[in-house]
Amino acid sequence: MRVVVQDAPFDYGKEAEAFADGRHDMGAIVTFAGIVRDIAGGLDVMEIEHYPGMTEKALKKIAAEAVDRWSLGDALVIHRYGRMGAGEKIMMVATAARHRKDAFEAAEYLMDYLKSRAPFWKKEHTAQDAGWVAAKDEDEAALDRW
Amino acid sequence: MDVLYFAWVRERIGVPKEKIETTAATVNDLISELRGREERYDAAFADLTALRVALDQELSEFDAPLEGVREVAFFPPMTGG
Repeated sequence: MRVVVQDAPFDYGKEAEAFADGRHDMGAIVTFAGIVRDIAGGLDVMEIEHYPGMTEKALKKIAAEAVDRWSLGDALVIHRYGRMGAGEKIMMVATAARHRKDAFEAAEYLMDYLKSRAPFWKKEHTAQDAGWVAAKDEDEAALDRW
Repeated sequence: MDVLYFAWVRERIGVPKEKIETTAATVNDLISELRGREERYDAAFADLTALRVALDQELSEFDAPLEGVREVAFFPPMTGG
C-alpha cells in the first residue's frame, strides 16, 4: 500500500505500469485518474489546499480499509495539492485484486471516501474571481452504499 | 492549544493557525468563546452545518470534549478527488 501527497505532477502511465508490474497472484488491476475540469470555461487555475499531516493519515486509513475489505493485493493513492491547470491530473488510485469486481469496487470506495473524508479543498480561479468549490450532497450520500 | 483553519474559514478568520489559551470543555464551548471575541470569528462560525472539525487530525463532532487535545482544526466540508 502506498499513499503519496505531493504538489508536483505525477506520471500516470509510469505509476500504473509500475503498480501492475510483476504481480502473479492478482488477476485484476483498476486505475482511475481525476482531472482538473474547466466546466464553465474560463478556469485559469485550480488551487487545492490540504491539511498536512491529517491528509496522509486519512488517506492511509481509507486505503487500509479498502485493502482489508476487498482483500486487495495492493492499493495506491496519489493526490496533488497546489495550483494546476485544466487537463492536469489531480490524483489517481490503483487497486490490485484477484478478481475484477473487487478491484473495481475497491477503487470506487477509495474515490467516494477520499472525496469527502480526506482534507482537501478546491478553489477555482478565473480571470474575474475565485471561489471555493462547494461539497455536493450526493458526495456525502455516496458513502451510504458502503 | 493550536487552532488551525482551512479554505474559506482560514480566509474569513485571517490566519491559518493560532495558539489559543482556553478552558473550554468542548468544541462547542470553544466556538462560543471565539465568537464572543471578535466579529470575524462570529461570522466564520455563524453556520456550523457548513463546518467540520478535527481533533488531533481525526474528524470529530462539535460536542466532543477537548481534554487532552493539542490541535483543533476547523474547515468546510472536504472536496478532494
